[in-house]
Amino acid sequence: MSATIAEPVATSAASDHKIRISNLSKVFETRNGPFTALDTINLDIPAGCFFMIVGPSGCGKTTLLRILAGLEEHTSGTLEITAPAKGRPSNSMVFQGDSLFPWMTVWENAAYGLKMRGLPTAQIEETVGHYLSRTGLSKFYDSYPHQLSGGMRQRVSIARAFANDPDILLMDEPFSALDEQNKVLLQEELLRIWEETRKTVMFITHSVDEAVTLGDRIMIMTAHPGRAKVMVDVPFERPRHVLELRARPEYGELVYNIWGHLRDEVQRARAQDEGRAK
Amino acid sequence: MTDAAQNVQPSEIRVARAPTRVSASMSRQSVERLMNIISPVALIGIWEICAQLGLIDVRFFPPPSKIFKVMYTMIGNGLLEKHVWASMQRLFWGILWGGIPALILGVAMGMFRTLRMIVEPIIAATYPIPKSAILPLILLIFGLGEPSKIVMVATGVFFPILINAMAGVLEINKIHFDVSRNFGASGFQVFRTVALPGALPLIMTGVKLGVGLGLVLIAIAEMVGAKSGLGYMIWNAWEILSVETMYVGLITIAVLGLLFTLVLNEIERLIVPWKSSR
Repeated sequence: MSATIAEPVATSAASDHKIRISNLSKVFETRNGPFTALDTINLDIPAGCFFMIVGPSGCGKTTLLRILAGLEEHTSGTLEITAPAKGRPSNSMVFQGDSLFPWMTVWENAAYGLKMRGLPTAQIEETVGHYLSRTGLSKFYDSYPHQLSGGMRQRVSIARAFANDPDILLMDEPFSALDEQNKVLLQEELLRIWEETRKTVMFITHSVDEAVTLGDRIMIMTAHPGRAKVMVDVPFERPRHVLELRARPEYGELVYNIWGHLRDEVQRARAQDEGRAK
Repeated sequence: MTDAAQNVQPSEIRVARAPTRVSASMSRQSVERLMNIISPVALIGIWEICAQLGLIDVRFFPPPSKIFKVMYTMIGNGLLEKHVWASMQRLFWGILWGGIPALILGVAMGMFRTLRMIVEPIIAATYPIPKSAILPLILLIFGLGEPSKIVMVATGVFFPILINAMAGVLEINKIHFDVSRNFGASGFQVFRTVALPGALPLIMTGVKLGVGLGLVLIAIAEMVGAKSGLGYMIWNAWEILSVETMYVGLITIAVLGLLFTLVLNEIERLIVPWKSSR
């Protein structure tokens, strides 16, 4: 029922897997009876993998991420997450939409996780300063979120998660509310920061482009109930440049292939929505 | 020809209009500010004239010049200061004794559903009881001394702060609680970093309402069994039929109310900077 955190295992083969999910299901009790959000998900995510989940809206991908973040309990199956090194948090999440505290400045927001853990001030200053400068926010330490643009706010949110130095980064459609130009800039920025540490990332998106641009491996999910439909490996080398990558013919091919898998699911999801509306 | 004229005209008008609109709005602002000062002064002037001409009964409405003369004497001999000081001390302790428990309980009720379910009906039932109606009971329990006055103020301050603090927490976007949980905040840290600051705008509204009500209640409480304070001063003036002194008391309370509002607005600006700069 509850998430089990496996002890770090000495053998390298076993410790390769950061997250191991087997037969995981999530059923919500609703007024209209049980609602299966996730149906027997099986996943092995190696350490350092940039893992993408793509699926139609309502397929339970956010639920999966919330279970991993410890914000939701799963109904059945097992979830093993390799325990982080002592003193480090297991995961930090970049939430969808506006998740910054409006009553805190950019600096206070970015330092939130470290402050909650009671780290020494000098260490907080160094880490937060580093990530705010990496995200181009050095001049905005004392600004409040409402004084920033949407793109800048999402940058703070990313800096907050990275500064917390977690074992695993969970990202829930962090760029979905941004315009196309900002999205590309932030994707490049994210890749650059990620290259420094190569943390394990689980990233949810409904954009196939985003999945192929950022990910090492992509799981395509079915429409409700959420199941793993197909797993796709992304062969592109790193470090990547977003625009150069998108100019390559293999990129277009891969996006096209994934769309092929996804199209049926999106149509099914739409049919379900229309059915529900009636 | 006509085309050209039509093309030129609108732009000319637009250019000519823009600056006048700016200056118009500026002068309107200063006119409004002036009206704020003029209207009470004008009222006092009309009152004075009517009193001098015998148009109103000076036994009930003595001319302002006479009231101010009495006020001047009372300031000179320190009597007014003594009464104001006595009332302010009671008000201060009442706000503290009523406000701090209300703040803690209100925020806690916002945070914990079970607590809310238990306490809310009690609050809903006791809130509409007129506070002046429980004065005899409070006198019975706390006697004629200082405590009964302080308790009166405290009961008045308690409800608006509690209700607003609770509403303030309930208004906080759920995502902020998710963020604090995901970043490892303890229960007390959630209270200190999310619930309390997030509810602060509404808490300030509660404090303003509470202080206003406290001022009303202190005057009532001091009319019974007190030997100092503005309420006593007004009641005593009635007993010795010194109508001017009565008005001095009323004016003093009005001025204090205005001062509190100004000070609280300033405090709000300082502690809720993320709202006020909008």
